[in-house]
Amino acid sequence: MAEGIKDKAAIIGMGCVKFGENWEQSAADMIIEATYEAYEDAGVEPKDIQAAWVGTTQGGVRGTQLAVPLKLEYIPISRMENACATGTDAFRNACYSVAAGVYDIVLAVGVEKIKDTGYSGLETSLARHKAQDTWLDPEVFVGMPAQFALAATRYFYRYGLSYEEGKKTLAKISVKSHHNGTLSPKAHLRREITLEQAVNAPMIAWPLGLFDCCGVSDGAAAAIITSPELAKKFRNDYILVKGLGFSCGADQAQLQDDYDFTHFEETVTAARLAYQEAGIKQPRKEVSLASVHDCFSITELINYEDLGFSPRAKGKEDVDAGTFTLEGELPVNTDGGLKCFGHPVGASGIRMIYEIYKQLQGKAGPRQLKDPRIGLTHNLGGLPGRFVCAVAIFGSP
Amino acid sequence: MAIGITSYGAYVPLHRMGPGTNGWTSRGEKAVANFDEDSLTMGVAAANNCLSNFSREDIGALYFASTTPPYREKSNASIVAAASDLPSDIFAMDFANSLRAGTNALKSAIDAVSAGPTRQALVVASDLRVAQPRSELEAICGDGAAALLIGNSNIIAEFEDCYSVSQEILDIWKAESDTFIRTWEDRFIAEEGYLKLLPQAISKLMDKHNLKANDFAKVVLYAPDARRHQEMARKLGFDLKSQLQDPLFGKVGNTGAAFAVMMLVAALEEAKPGDRILLANYGNGADAFIFRTTQEIENIRGKKRGIKSYLDSKKLLPDYETYLTWRGLIDKAPPVRRPAFRTPSPAAMLREVGKNLRFHGTKCKQCGYPQYPPQRICTRCHARDNFEDYSFADKRATVFTYTLDSLAPTLDPPMVVSVINFEGGGRTFSIMTDRNINEIKMGTPVEMTFRKFYTSEGIHNYFWKCMPIRA
Repeated sequence: MAEGIKDKAAIIGMGCVKFGENWEQSAADMIIEATYEAYEDAGVEPKDIQAAWVGTTQGGVRGTQLAVPLKLEYIPISRMENACATGTDAFRNACYSVAAGVYDIVLAVGVEKIKDTGYSGLETSLARHKAQDTWLDPEVFVGMPAQFALAATRYFYRYGLSYEEGKKTLAKISVKSHHNGTLSPKAHLRREITLEQAVNAPMIAWPLGLFDCCGVSDGAAAAIITSPELAKKFRNDYILVKGLGFSCGADQAQLQDDYDFTHFEETVTAARLAYQEAGIKQPRKEVSLASVHDCFSITELINYEDLGFSPRAKGKEDVDAGTFTLEGELPVNTDGGLKCFGHPVGASGIRMIYEIYKQLQGKAGPRQLKDPRIGLTHNLGGLPGRFVCAVAIFGSP
Repeated sequence: MAIGITSYGAYVPLHRMGPGTNGWTSRGEKAVANFDEDSLTMGVAAANNCLSNFSREDIGALYFASTTPPYREKSNASIVAAASDLPSDIFAMDFANSLRAGTNALKSAIDAVSAGPTRQALVVASDLRVAQPRSELEAICGDGAAALLIGNSNIIAEFEDCYSVSQEILDIWKAESDTFIRTWEDRFIAEEGYLKLLPQAISKLMDKHNLKANDFAKVVLYAPDARRHQEMARKLGFDLKSQLQDPLFGKVGNTGAAFAVMMLVAALEEAKPGDRILLANYGNGADAFIFRTTQEIENIRGKKRGIKSYLDSKKLLPDYETYLTWRGLIDKAPPVRRPAFRTPSPAAMLREVGKNLRFHGTKCKQCGYPQYPPQRICTRCHARDNFEDYSFADKRATVFTYTLDSLAPTLDPPMVVSVINFEGGGRTFSIMTDRNINEIKMGTPVEMTFRKFYTSEGIHNYFWKCMPIRA
């Protein structure tokens, strides 16, 4: 009988570059910077790394993209791609290798160099990785903002929110994240915005405006993972992996005419798996903080409900009550989230873990929460019906 | 054996230029194809209109006529055949180059059914001609398509006879390297060409059958423009009011190879049983036909969209610049820098003819649920390879959710992305075209329309979009 991942893998060191338009840095530069911060934080030498995983969607190919800049010589390295869940999935597989007792110390790195492509926003499609195609697929012809705007339109309609009410609710989420970003030195966007600015910003994909969309940035983050037994030899404040849930859609949004566009089943199922492993029964009470996928403000609103933080249809009430602010009952995206870090796809998952890691260690600086015990990360990649979703749960020893 | 027209269909694009279009100086209106339309997509719309509620199994030939086929080497008819969901054991052929291509195809279809064993042949005529901006020709030319089903049973208009002549003359032409159609001096082309040759052909046919001008209920005459049209009718002794079929100048415009066929469709829509109709087309020669309607015409009346309902369903272009942009005459920057469209793989296109051109999905034989795109494992009951082909092309749908994407690379921003639920079950993501963005709502009824998505390396990538139902 499978036992799950709880308390079988530990993080002993992490690194994260400053996210942004890092014109002066290559992907390799960011890999080196994030990884050496993690080495130093863990107190390990490069030669201690027995295996590694690198997550990227468009940064490079093969495990060698890690081996070459870091001079990790002749060790097993796998390249991972799983859309917006890429970083967390690299981390997840690294954890399993340690839990299986195959390796003692492993490295997981997420990296993305988006700004060099010359496009504002992401290139239209992840389908570019398919060898051949007719390019007549929603994944190609529906842009990222549009994919989530379809959910916003339906959410407003289903729950009877007028355009103004809906926009205001979404704007509050972005205002919250921008505030957190000001307290986050490694964030890309570090300024406050007002509700009016968010509501009246230029339209991107109606009803989503500029401030409903996350930033577009370069970035990298790294984690050193070992067994809990070995972790104790490195530090006392290592962080334990409590649960790793993952879920993939099977095109239900396109195929099934009752798919509702107001919740994402991939999140619900990945969260259920992770909560089960972690032994969490009441997420809203038991989770101290969460980094959730906020590629767009509507995504964050739906996540509140899908992760069990808010009852179904009650996300707006919690937003209005300030539940998810730094001072609230369950702070979400305490570092500013994708909204302020931007979304260098392969790096985002490990960047989220970095925030949970620092918060649980009490090292989050001006945005430090009081005595957090359980942290959660969540990534949602792809388009409705074809999401990949990762939910990871962490706790102090 | 009687042979004749058994069904008709037409297509007039939604958009018009006319008074009210900023920067457009002509007095009349003309029909303007959207940026995602070409002669082939308009032809498919007319074909599907013609074949609605008709079995397609028995159609043995498809003739696609256009002076503006999207491919210069490679069959265009094979695409029209697939998108019109015609059987694969069909003789599909392009009729091109001549403004008479539409009636050339009609003559050939009649010959084919007459010779057998072909029992039904579909004629599709369509044109989207581009004239030099601000030229007289630009004001006259319009875009449109028509389709006629020719067969030997359930005939609505019986073919009586025809007569053709060929003549070499340079009156209007376009060379391979030309962007725009060219023309010689107006008086020469009318007096030595159109006004001289067409009456000869018509008189020859009438004399053969001992017919006088007043023996015809309707007279369908090709003409380069409104003035020559009336001049021709007067010359032949036809009554302008009661006999002459409205040539749609000032409404649709001269639609090239489709023009005479579209007028014939309009005439059939109004015809009574027993009406004798003269059809005369011109272009490097002339084709003249006599048709006589039957009782069957009553059974089809009002069941096809035809020309009339398309005339009433229209949307005025806001400005002339939009027209120039849609025709690629202004290279406008997209809203934001975007990667170029990827060239589709012909290998994948071949595999996906059913999915992309026919717009076929699958219907599960175990649970009965229809799904698009085609599946091998049922999304509902997980049965494997237990499906029947299921066409979504003719199914209406309603908008479940939508967005207006301002960043999408389209010549008609914002791009409307919708999720639509089909009547009878099933759903898809779909780009909405020919829409008024202020009128889209949850539940808006839509129909499917065959359009060009984009062109890359000379490969036209066609697919289906949805549009609000046209009247």
